[in-house]
Amino acid sequence: MPQDLPTNTTPPDAGPKRSPNAALWLGCLIALFAFLSYIPIFAKYPSTRDMPWANFLLFALALVFLLVGLRRAFGQSNLYRGKIAGPILTTISVAALVFFCVSIFSLGKHLPPSTQAPKVGQKAPDFALADTSGATVTLASLLSTPITASQPTKGVVLIFYRGYW
Amino acid sequence: MGVKPVAISVDSPAESRDLCHKAGYTYPFLSDPNTEVIRRYDVLHKGAGVNGHDIARPAEFLVDSAGTIRWINLTDDLRVRARPDQMLQAASALASH
Repeated sequence: MPQDLPTNTTPPDAGPKRSPNAALWLGCLIALFAFLSYIPIFAKYPSTRDMPWANFLLFALALVFLLVGLRRAFGQSNLYRGKIAGPILTTISVAALVFFCVSIFSLGKHLPPSTQAPKVGQKAPDFALADTSGATVTLASLLSTPITASQPTKGVVLIFYRGYW
Repeated sequence: MGVKPVAISVDSPAESRDLCHKAGYTYPFLSDPNTEVIRRYDVLHKGAGVNGHDIARPAEFLVDSAGTIRWINLTDDLRVRARPDQMLQAASALASH
């Protein structure tokens, strides 16, 4: 029975007193949060959307926790657990970082070049399209209709967007 | 400042009406289901919609009252669109003329 064994025969990393390696789990949680938080939180604000520095900061923090946890798991294995969980959690975290980088820096960039788009200084091509009530609206009519009785229209911003199809 | 936004997509008038109703947009939303105008402005994104439909790529054109284009934003990244402050800056430059 294990209880009957003298304590000096217990392997150094199998003792019952080893602490849970919280740094590893915390690191992995932060990495997953860094990955999942971009769309619901940070993409809402241009300053954290265009260059996702907040998410990279979170990933850096996650890696610090993971490194601390791995050092504890392998360097102080008599005190801390995590020799199995550590590599697994670190792999998950690094995979989240890699997938995040691919999504951010590659997936959004497959836009056509639009080399034939009208240039600044050129006449904007006129058009006639249906608005939400089905009425036909032309660029000329948009430009000639005053915004209010006292405020003439000085210009329009045409915003092309992907839509919801 | 005398400059109004106009949104253009392949969505039908009914879909845009739902969107305006939900989001509270009050400016015109125009429907270009055949991508005729989208192609005229060369902002077509072929096959990028659901089931490979052609749709518009994100793009913004500021047109002055004489019909001349004064500012363009053609993003190279779906995530990075014109910011309201950029549009307002371009619009105020127009308004001061």
